[in-house]
Amino acid sequence: MSDVAERVKKIVVDHLGVEEGKVTENASFIDDLGADSLDTVELVMAFEEEFGCEIPDDAAEKILTVKDAIDFIKANAAA
Amino acid sequence: MFDLTGKKALVTGASGGIGAQIARALHAQGATVALSGTRVAPLEALAAELGERALVVPGNLADAAGTEQLAKDAEAALGQIDILVNNAGLTRDQLALRMKDDDWQSVLDVNLTAAFRLSRAVLRGMMKRRWGRIIGITSIVGVTGNPGQANYAASKAGMIGMSKSLAAEVASRGITVNCVAPGFITTAMTDALNSEQKDKLLTAIPSGRMGEPGEIAAGVVYLASDEAAYVTGQTLHINGGMAMI
Repeated sequence: MSDVAERVKKIVVDHLGVEEGKVTENASFIDDLGADSLDTVELVMAFEEEFGCEIPDDAAEKILTVKDAIDFIKANAAA
Repeated sequence: MFDLTGKKALVTGASGGIGAQIARALHAQGATVALSGTRVAPLEALAAELGERALVVPGNLADAAGTEQLAKDAEAALGQIDILVNNAGLTRDQLALRMKDDDWQSVLDVNLTAAFRLSRAVLRGMMKRRWGRIIGITSIVGVTGNPGQANYAASKAGMIGMSKSLAAEVASRGITVNCVAPGFITTAMTDALNSEQKDKLLTAIPSGRMGEPGEIAAGVVYLASDEAAYVTGQTLHINGGMAMI
């Protein structure tokens, strides 16, 4: 399942146009990667599409860092 | 100019005078149109008149479930929604002192809340595709007020404020959100006025006549077009000069 992390990072790089090196697991989308609130909504939409899972609004609000996204997807995406 | 070939549009209230003309105009520019409303017979008649690229998607905007179902049905029928025209509206006129809570609520539900729910539902796809047009048909009375229409005027003013907020949220994604505000237009709603009321009305309209539904539809076509990509959060008043805002 380590490729979940790679796929998440690739989406973040593509979507936010940031350097791959900056997308560490502890990076915050807004504070470290320059995302605005609409970007975070779009990232969640992109994760849903990539991993075929639904991320409810209350869960999406808690996905603030790259690691948050990886953990949620590992716990909830179809195995 | 204003070519809409390949675009998919959902028009609510398409059985009414203005809504039907908006659907005709979008269709004439090349768009595929989904016609929505509660009365199916006039929608079927309009679809038959338009021929290809016209679909009937009935829906009831009075509650959340019906509205969300309409968004799903329209997206399924069209494949995607590029242009949403929130045109459906109703009036329950009454002096405020006599207005029942239900008269207030039902007008707000259909005219404003349903427009919000539909907008929210279509934004997701529009954001992904980096292109979208949301157009609300508001009213001159949303800006000027009108005795007997506290509920209707509130819903139409609300639509303008909502559109400005949405416009600011999604402008960076190639989506525009605007309103068209008709003045007095010849429809079933205004046919109900008697000639004395009409004469009095006309003295307040510099153009000296009522507007035609096609004159509203032309404004919608413009706002839906690529040419209007830099216009967002605006309200286009089409009222013969009745109010200059």
